[in-house]
Amino acid sequence: MKPVVKRFIFIVVILGLWELGSRMGLWAELILPSPTNVAIALFDGIQNMTLIYDLVASFRRLAIGLVIALVIGTGIGVLIAKSKTADDTIGSMLLAFQSVPSIVWLPLAMMWFGLNDKAVIFVVVLGGTFVMALNVRTGIKNVSPLYIRAAQTMGSKGIDLFIRVVFPASIPYFVTGTRLAWAFAWRALIAGELLTTGPGLGYTLRYASDFGNMSLVIGVMIIIGVIGAIVDQLIFQRIEKSVARRWGL
Amino acid sequence: MFVSINQLNKQFLDKDEKPTTVLKDIDLQIEKGEFVSILGPSGCGKSTLLSIVAGLTEATSGDIIVDGTTVKKPGKDRGMVFQQAALFPWINVLENVMFPLKKEMAKEEAEAQAKKYLQMVQLGNYLNHYPHELSGGMQQRVAIARALAMNPETLLMDEPFGALDEQTRTRLHGQLEDIWLETKKTILFVTHSISESIKLSDRIIVMGTRPGIVLTDIKVDLPRPRDQHKEEMLAIEEKIMRYLKKEIDKVVSEELSHEASR
Repeated sequence: MKPVVKRFIFIVVILGLWELGSRMGLWAELILPSPTNVAIALFDGIQNMTLIYDLVASFRRLAIGLVIALVIGTGIGVLIAKSKTADDTIGSMLLAFQSVPSIVWLPLAMMWFGLNDKAVIFVVVLGGTFVMALNVRTGIKNVSPLYIRAAQTMGSKGIDLFIRVVFPASIPYFVTGTRLAWAFAWRALIAGELLTTGPGLGYTLRYASDFGNMSLVIGVMIIIGVIGAIVDQLIFQRIEKSVARRWGL
Repeated sequence: MFVSINQLNKQFLDKDEKPTTVLKDIDLQIEKGEFVSILGPSGCGKSTLLSIVAGLTEATSGDIIVDGTTVKKPGKDRGMVFQQAALFPWINVLENVMFPLKKEMAKEEAEAQAKKYLQMVQLGNYLNHYPHELSGGMQQRVAIARALAMNPETLLMDEPFGALDEQTRTRLHGQLEDIWLETKKTILFVTHSISESIKLSDRIIVMGTRPGIVLTDIKVDLPRPRDQHKEEMLAIEEKIMRYLKKEIDKVVSEELSHEASR
């Protein structure tokens, strides 16, 4: 049996048992709404466009935050890979920052930027920057000395050597850094939105929860999960694999 | 002399910060267009010597003059082929060979030049392939084409066929000989294979180890291709073996006494 088929049957069985439990009244609708009600809530949300607006708003914040995170992260990564002093100072601090969930910055961010988009984007940026910087640093430090020696015998040095050899040689790490930055940023985004104003997927989740609309809560959770899985598996893992193959890793 | 190595010494600091002499008083004169092999057991510093000629490693003392200029840093007048092909995996075969040409000529010209040398190594049909799609022998031929493409006077080869299987190696020997006859490059060829050095070179510099010194300089005066002169080749091989035997015995006895003193 193909994995796809197995996966499909597994999901159908789970949904079936869940629906059955709800119909037999094993748990209250407020505790765990049935799959059909979740589907209806999702359908309604899409039809009256609220979920679509949420998606657009969330993705806008994510895109802005992620782009800023990748740019700053790459800059810091290159700096700490090239300068020993920067690595000893900024580099060691990055690890500490990386181990703190970026959402803890939200209270400060709200004081600095107000209760708005900017505060959420700030948290998203922090979520992605450090992991990107650490991967870029590793990538640049791990460039095979053989490539560098070969390029030097061909007259390449300095900035030319960096642009034409060091940078492309570390692309696999850039891809991994981007994938992890996306994953951290995605989580930071939802957490940030839960605690601020809408529109946005996280905001709608909290709003639905406040009004006891558990069907919509689960519906939004499903959207968040499905988007996360699709971006990670269908986009990033594929790019990562093909890059690794070509780079001979 | 085209390549002139004078009183060259190289010391490394070992892990206890004590200097170890890798190369001692190396003197070597090479004429333009000569094919010279540097032969020696592993650890004799032959690769370090080549790396110093390439300008990738600094000598402790002494100097190297190539074509009238003292070697201080790497340059396009000395093409280098390593044991690993060291092709860049993110660009295709043609772009790899064009790598050293990008700055000095227009794109069309660089492309024509790269294609010319890829045809010389018989890879004209693989321009758009990526390195990971080629066999080890093909990769090494691309590396040779890449070194030749910038048209260096000197070609430095550091055990270029060491990682290949026997049949591929034999075929590449023939190709390298043809390329050398056609382009008239001065070639410095580092190897630990006695038969390889006899088959290819005009002169063989036999090196001893600990510290690395030149033991002897053997002229190979046989017509090419040399496969038809098996007996003469065998005689030279035995001569070299006698030199190297002493070296290998020295290494073994040193290791044994080191073992005993522990």
